[in-house]
Amino acid sequence: MADQAPLICRDIHKTFGKLEVLKGVSLETRKGDVVSLIGSSGSGKSTFLRCINLLETPTSGDIIVHGDPIRFTTNRKGERIPADNKQVEQIRSKLSMVFQSFNLWSHMTVLENIIEAPVNVLKVPKKEAIERAEAYLQKVGIYERKDYYPAQMSGGQQQRAAIARALAMEPEVMLFDEPTSALDPELVGEVLRVMQSLAEEGRTMIVVTHEMAFAKDVSNQVLFLHQGVIEEQGSPQKVFDNPDSERMKQFLAPKF
Amino acid sequence: MLDLKGYGPELLDGAVVTIELAFLSLALALTLGLIGASSKLSGNRVAKAIATFYTTVVRGIPDLVMMLLFYYGGQVTVNMLSDWIWEAYEIDFFFQFDPFISGVVTIGLIFGAYMTETFRGAFLAVETGQIEAARAYGFTRWHTFRRIMFPQMLRHALPGIGNNWQVLLKTTALVSIIGLTDMVRVAEEAAKAERMPFHFFIPVAAVYLILTAGSELFIKWLNKRANVGVVQGG
Repeated sequence: MADQAPLICRDIHKTFGKLEVLKGVSLETRKGDVVSLIGSSGSGKSTFLRCINLLETPTSGDIIVHGDPIRFTTNRKGERIPADNKQVEQIRSKLSMVFQSFNLWSHMTVLENIIEAPVNVLKVPKKEAIERAEAYLQKVGIYERKDYYPAQMSGGQQQRAAIARALAMEPEVMLFDEPTSALDPELVGEVLRVMQSLAEEGRTMIVVTHEMAFAKDVSNQVLFLHQGVIEEQGSPQKVFDNPDSERMKQFLAPKF
Repeated sequence: MLDLKGYGPELLDGAVVTIELAFLSLALALTLGLIGASSKLSGNRVAKAIATFYTTVVRGIPDLVMMLLFYYGGQVTVNMLSDWIWEAYEIDFFFQFDPFISGVVTIGLIFGAYMTETFRGAFLAVETGQIEAARAYGFTRWHTFRRIMFPQMLRHALPGIGNNWQVLLKTTALVSIIGLTDMVRVAEEAAKAERMPFHFFIPVAAVYLILTAGSELFIKWLNKRANVGVVQGG
C-alpha cells in the first residue's frame, strides 16, 4: 500500500446551470508527480482543481484520495452533495490549496496563518506547530516576516507565506490554482523557484498555470484542457514538442 | 457650585437606571442582531421570512408607540392569561408587568432590528476568498465562523454598532413614559417642583453627552483592535 496513488480522478463532470464546464476529465497521479494543467481561460482547468478538494461538487465522477473514495449522496433538490462532511474535512486536510489571490487570513500574522489549520484541524500541539511553521518559513525564505500581517507584505511574499501554510499541513497532494497570475511580473520568479524546489523534493503537486516554462521544465505530466475535455496529455516533451491536437498547436503558436 | 436642591442622590440613582437599561438592551439587541442576520443569510426560507418580518415591522413603528404597546399591551395580556389559567387550572399565575423589563425588551427588540441589518451587511462584506481558504483547509463550519468569519465581520460591523449604540443610549429616555424612574424622569419632576428647568435638564444632558463621548472613544479603540492587519489607505 506504500505506493498507493495519492489522487485519482475518474470521469469528472461539472455543470453550472445549463453550462457544462467539465465533460469527463480523468487524472491519475503517482507519488512525486508534478502535473501541470494548462489551457485558455474558461477551459475548465480551475474548476477541475476546485472539484478535487470539493470547493465545487462534481456533478458526476469519482475522486479517490490515497485509496479513500469520496462518498456522495443527493439532496432533496436532486443535486449531488458530499455524503459525509467529516470525510470532506479530513480529505481537504490532506490536499492543501494555494490560491491565485493568496487568501491568507488578513486578521492573523503570517505565523498565525500557518499554525491555524495544523493546530485546529490536525490537532498538532501548538509548540510543535510553531516549530514546523518556522522551518517552512525558512524554506520559503520569509522567516523574518513571520510576525507581519499579510497586507504588510508584497504579493510574492504573501504567496510564499501561503505556500508555507500549505506545506505545514504536510499534505498528500498540493493544489496550486494559478499561483503566479496575480503577481507583478518581477515577483513571479521567487514563487516559481519555491515551487521548483518543492517539485525536486518529490512532493506531489497539481498546478493550474499559465507559466509555460514551468509546465515544460518542472512538471512530468501536462494536461491541456479545452472546453472541458483533455485535448492533449502526456510528458512535457510530448505535449510541447510534438502535440497531436490542432488546439494545442494553436495554443502554443506565437501570438505576435 | 452645582446645587441640585437635594435631588442629587435621586438623579444619581436615575443615571444608574439609565446605564443598566442601556447595557442590558444592548446585550439583547446584539444577540437578536446576530440571530437575525444569520437567519437572513441562511438558506432556510422560513427563518429568512421571520427575520424579514421582524425587521420590517419593528423598524416601521415609532419607538414610543412600541414602548406603550409593549408595556400596556403586555400587562393586559398577562391579566387575561392569568384569569384564564385560574379558571381552567386554579393555578395562581399573576405578575405585575415590570417597567424596567419591558423597557429592556422593547429597546432590545427595536435595536435588534437595526443590528440585524448592520451584521448582515458586515457578514456580506467578508471576502469570499477568506472563507474559501478556511473550507479548503478542512475547517468545520463552526471553526470557520468563530476564527475567520466573526473577527473579520466585526471590522465592518463596529462603526454601525457604534452608531446604533449612541441612538440606543438616547432612546432609553423614553422609558420615563412608562413610569420607570430613570434620570430623565427624576429631572422632570424636580424641574416641575422647583420651576427650574435649566437647572436639572442641563446636568442630565451633560451626563448623556459624557456617556456618548466616552463610548465613542471606547469604540474607536475597539475598531483599532479589530482592524489589526489592515493597511489604512492614505
